[in-house]
Amino acid sequence: MDRDKFLLSALVANEAGVLTRVSGMFARRGYNIESLSVGETEDPQISRITIACRGDDYTQDQIVKQLRKLPDVKAVMLMDAGNTVARELMLVKVNAELATRAQIHQTVEVFRAKVVDLMPASMTIEITGEKSKLDAFVSNLVPYGILELCRTGVTAIGRNTTILTQESEEE
Amino acid sequence: MLITGAQVLVQVLLEQQVDVIFGYPGGSVIPIYDELYKAQDRIYHCTTSHEQGAAHAADGYARVTGKAGVVVATSGPGATNLVTGIANAYLDSVPMVAITGNVACALIGRDSFQEVDITGVTMPITKHNYIVKDVNQLAATLRKAFKLAISGRPGPVLVDIPKDVQTDTVEYEPRPPVTRNNGLKADPKDIENALALIAQAERPFIYAGGGVVSSDAGQELLELAEALDCPVGTSMMGRTAMPHSHPRNLGMTGMHGAYAASKVLSMSDLIIAVGARFSDRATGNKQAYSLGHTVLHIDIDPAEIGKNIKEDCAVVGDVKHVLRQLLDKGVRRKPGDWYEQVARVQEAPDNHLHMPEEELNPQTAIRAVRARLQDDDVIATDVGQHQLWTAQYYAFEKPRTLVTSGGLGAMGFGLGAAIGACFGRGKKRTVLFTSDGSFHMNLAEMATAASNDLPLLVVLLNNQALGMVRQWQTLFYECRYSNTTLRRKTDFAALADAFGARGFRAHDLKSLNEALDQALALNTPTLIDVMIDSDAKVLPMIPPGGTINDIIMKG
Repeated sequence: MDRDKFLLSALVANEAGVLTRVSGMFARRGYNIESLSVGETEDPQISRITIACRGDDYTQDQIVKQLRKLPDVKAVMLMDAGNTVARELMLVKVNAELATRAQIHQTVEVFRAKVVDLMPASMTIEITGEKSKLDAFVSNLVPYGILELCRTGVTAIGRNTTILTQESEEE
Repeated sequence: MLITGAQVLVQVLLEQQVDVIFGYPGGSVIPIYDELYKAQDRIYHCTTSHEQGAAHAADGYARVTGKAGVVVATSGPGATNLVTGIANAYLDSVPMVAITGNVACALIGRDSFQEVDITGVTMPITKHNYIVKDVNQLAATLRKAFKLAISGRPGPVLVDIPKDVQTDTVEYEPRPPVTRNNGLKADPKDIENALALIAQAERPFIYAGGGVVSSDAGQELLELAEALDCPVGTSMMGRTAMPHSHPRNLGMTGMHGAYAASKVLSMSDLIIAVGARFSDRATGNKQAYSLGHTVLHIDIDPAEIGKNIKEDCAVVGDVKHVLRQLLDKGVRRKPGDWYEQVARVQEAPDNHLHMPEEELNPQTAIRAVRARLQDDDVIATDVGQHQLWTAQYYAFEKPRTLVTSGGLGAMGFGLGAAIGACFGRGKKRTVLFTSDGSFHMNLAEMATAASNDLPLLVVLLNNQALGMVRQWQTLFYECRYSNTTLRRKTDFAALADAFGARGFRAHDLKSLNEALDQALALNTPTLIDVMIDSDAKVLPMIPPGGTINDIIMKG
């Protein structure tokens, strides 16, 4: 992983407009978002956002502090790369003529992906993993002809006892 | 008992002990204005000429009182007219609650008449904003807005209330007024580190900002300067943090700061920034600024630490509390002859530049006004040369007596702000320094001052030009005066008369003194058009991105 890439997790109020506030803060202060994923947590009032960003130590420090200033943001954690499970889900539709179908199946197996839709001329594959694994999978499929591709962006959780809660933020 | 949303709003304003608000009626706030009509004996609503003036008035009111200023506007254009006023409050950390009406919930999102997504528009310039689509949430949201506006680092909060929510009914239960939350207590370890850093310093310099004023920490600041036997320089927002006459107050630092303040800062080995944010106007060249110093940064907003200048040590907390803790723990610096060095700079001729004393010029005009005012009279300014001259030459002795647009630098701020400040001080005398450029922007608020019989004196330093830009054009653009030579035909004195105020004109010191005596004897709005030279400059000046070595001392 590049030294200037990092992952952030934030607990935010599950309300209209919160995503705009978060992404708007990044935009107006000129910070880059590589990917952003969001979903409800076990508490329906709270959503969890995972943001993959790029920036030097100064930017990283400012992003965390500026996020904490937003009243809708309940907790922020910089994810420790060595102590985090990070995953991304991808759906990819490729050309799958009879002649190439077996080869594609082999690739799917090697990457432990899953075929979720099969049509006479195409195949849709689901794969989960770290970003680098997904990137490698894509480059293996390129020769067959990718028809459509979508990725969810990274979502991440701390290993073991590293838990992001509203209380941990309030100290 | 069931009451309407509009009644809830008025009840919450009363709960929060709001007795003056500023605003302008319109279609989407008629239910609110209907309730304000019924409550007019308890809440005075000052109707301005334009919503921008109302927003600046709420801002001026907040700056002199420390309470949240309240402004009300209708949907669409009413709401968008608030934008400059809200941005101004945001940049200067002024507590404000802006209430806007909106079209009924069913019409939202359909580009209805006078519909604007004002929460979207104001998202980057508010601490937070809300649209309340359920009357059951209204009281709690309004209370949250007041709490947020005054807590931590203060700022503006907007609450957008669709028209049907104003007429829907709900059970209402009164609550006590919200109180300020000072944020996290300073970490004792940080206090220890700060003490240790100061103990190693021989030549500390205190750079005090608006946070000292807003947390009422003037006394603590004085005690710190005494305890460290060290000089203080301020940002423009911190101009009233310390009495002007105090020997340790070197004046403003930065682009148009006092020579001694900038020079001494460059000689120091430790900068103690207190409630200040190292704005580019205060620091000039950031690399050179930090060179040769360590930096101790004390601020209530953690995001300010390290944002503009890298700190060696930081204490996050309410400035007043942090300074008190440092004092209680016997803060001391290394002994040495620092103050003798400071005194030599203070005595240097460069620190005593004066405009000629016998003629009418910005400095003699400001001094003539000062000589007639009390220490606690409030001075408002617009933006430009007159603003800097006021900050430099007016001897501010008491906190919260300068109302000026620091961060946003919004021309047109002054008149509305002066009106709000005047209300905030119980309609006591207030003076606005403005200029022909700034005054032209929002002069319609003279009608507001006149119809409220405010004892407001407008001192208009008239140089027939947009002086600050003209100064830059002179110094950096080879005198190409593109669009800054106004040559307006406005007769400002007659204009004041036309508004129902009283106008005067001064072309020399004698006529200025006479006009001031007459104007200040009246208890109504007055304006003095003071003719000054188009080429008068704000000096000294450190060019943008420059250092003390680049200082311009002569025009």
